[in-house]
Amino acid sequence: MKTFKGRVIAPGTCEAEALVTHGGLNTLASFQKALQFGDKMTTCSDQNNPDLYGKQMLNKALCLPQTIGSTTGGMVIYCACAMERQPACMLFSNPIDSLAAAGTILASVWLDNVNMPVVDSLGDEFLNYVKEGMTIKVKEDGVIEVI
Amino acid sequence: MILTDEQQAILNGSKGETMAKVMKTLVMYGEAFGAEKLVPVTSKYNHLVTSFGLKMITPVYKLMDELIEAGLMSGQKFSMDPRPVDKNVPANFLQNLIFNKIMYTKQDFYEGQLAKLGLMDKNAFTCTCYMDEVGNKPNKGEVLSWAESSAVVYANSVLGARCNRNSGIIDIMGSIAGYVPYFGLLTDEGRCATWIVEVKTTKKPDAQLLGSAIGMKVMEEVPYVKGMNQYLGTELDDAACTYLKDFGAATASNGAVGLYHIENLTPEAKELGESLISPDAKVYIIDDKELERVKSEYPVVWKNKDAKPKLCFVGCPHMSLQQMKDWTDKVEASLKEAGNKKVLVPTVFTAAPDVLEAFNKTEYAQRLKKTGVITSYICPLMYMNNPLCGSMPVITCSNKLRTYSTARFYSEDEILVKITKEGK
Repeated sequence: MKTFKGRVIAPGTCEAEALVTHGGLNTLASFQKALQFGDKMTTCSDQNNPDLYGKQMLNKALCLPQTIGSTTGGMVIYCACAMERQPACMLFSNPIDSLAAAGTILASVWLDNVNMPVVDSLGDEFLNYVKEGMTIKVKEDGVIEVI
Repeated sequence: MILTDEQQAILNGSKGETMAKVMKTLVMYGEAFGAEKLVPVTSKYNHLVTSFGLKMITPVYKLMDELIEAGLMSGQKFSMDPRPVDKNVPANFLQNLIFNKIMYTKQDFYEGQLAKLGLMDKNAFTCTCYMDEVGNKPNKGEVLSWAESSAVVYANSVLGARCNRNSGIIDIMGSIAGYVPYFGLLTDEGRCATWIVEVKTTKKPDAQLLGSAIGMKVMEEVPYVKGMNQYLGTELDDAACTYLKDFGAATASNGAVGLYHIENLTPEAKELGESLISPDAKVYIIDDKELERVKSEYPVVWKNKDAKPKLCFVGCPHMSLQQMKDWTDKVEASLKEAGNKKVLVPTVFTAAPDVLEAFNKTEYAQRLKKTGVITSYICPLMYMNNPLCGSMPVITCSNKLRTYSTARFYSEDEILVKITKEGK
């Protein structure tokens, strides 16, 4: 087990299986199936992301450097949370980008009972260490246990 | 974050609970980036990204209703990204059924909400709102609350305005409050380049391929691009602006670039030169081989990689008036050279409704019509986002469209040959 400490963007705790992308998460491309066609498992639909394409993101601990792409990104995360199609948590190795931050904050302010802890600035070592299928535990104070 | 008395009062509920939530959203957004204050939005108009009335995004409509019911109209009129449907664009019975009866059934309802919130006018649906014909063109130094990645990067880089890569919904909140948090690309420090890109190609690089290479390399950082003056000159004329429009869209969609500087060309690079470059800036050299590498690594996700293209889109982001005229000349000449009268692949040129109106007043409109090319105000990306269109072999010279859809990318030169000479 290894422990990492980041900055809490959206508080909360969870335990989930890791899903890892080493490239930026293109939010619009990744959540298209879930938001447009009601894919309840939130299967990643970004053909340009070999780490995630075709994999279930729902209830996974999504480990990523940052999000990229369309500025609908925050709206997409907000909708995913409202529709309960979001990952269990989002763990960023980099400082959070403006689109992911917007989505997280919109969900936090405008929706009730959303539990998707978001932690950023976990560092490159975190993303190098964590592998798909590992168990992730998110603590309230931004501590991440990778088992 | 230090708020003024007025901002603090709003946060505390002086203008109602919903307005307090708007202010809370902006404050939290700023605090995530260490912003110490909110600054006034100073542009005349806003630009919003979420233009499509998708049935599934009911959470957006609920939020908009909450704003409308609270009487929170946008402090600025705004333009929007393009509409997702246009009957001019070829679609079969099933595709039309999906567009009109399944996917975009809330379009009219949503446009009604937008009209209440402050939509500029019925034509204000384009990703290139900064075209003269549209009229939403901010001045250098103005602070914006825009979203739409290609418009934000253009406003920052080519016009010298100041805007972060805001998300949909955050965009309108800045307009409603009249403030945005001061961080990132609003600050002088945030506008410094952390990458030097040296372009050493043997010919003018395809704008969307060069932008893609840079976007994928620098991600959300700011590049200072050298070596382009031999191709673009040192003045922001129509040709240079058109090139930078397409280049920027690719940097923003293939990466997350919100601002670039072009040596001796874009306003801040002209004014401040290499003092814009951070001391520890990294270097990326782009030559012919590097561009070939980038292009060769694009995945082709067509089921049959040798399929004959059924549709071609040019204009993501929307074309300029001059670009439409230039393409008309090129298509005509290339058809003539090949001994063909009409394009061999159904082809759609997309532009802002106001640009199309201006184009239709020129003699080029009839000439383009004769070539068989269709014009539309549609968002090609929204057209492609369904299983039926997604499984179609569509070709494009837009790297943005390639990134977000199954469309296959070719350079502008290759697209011209495919639609006028090869048909495959």
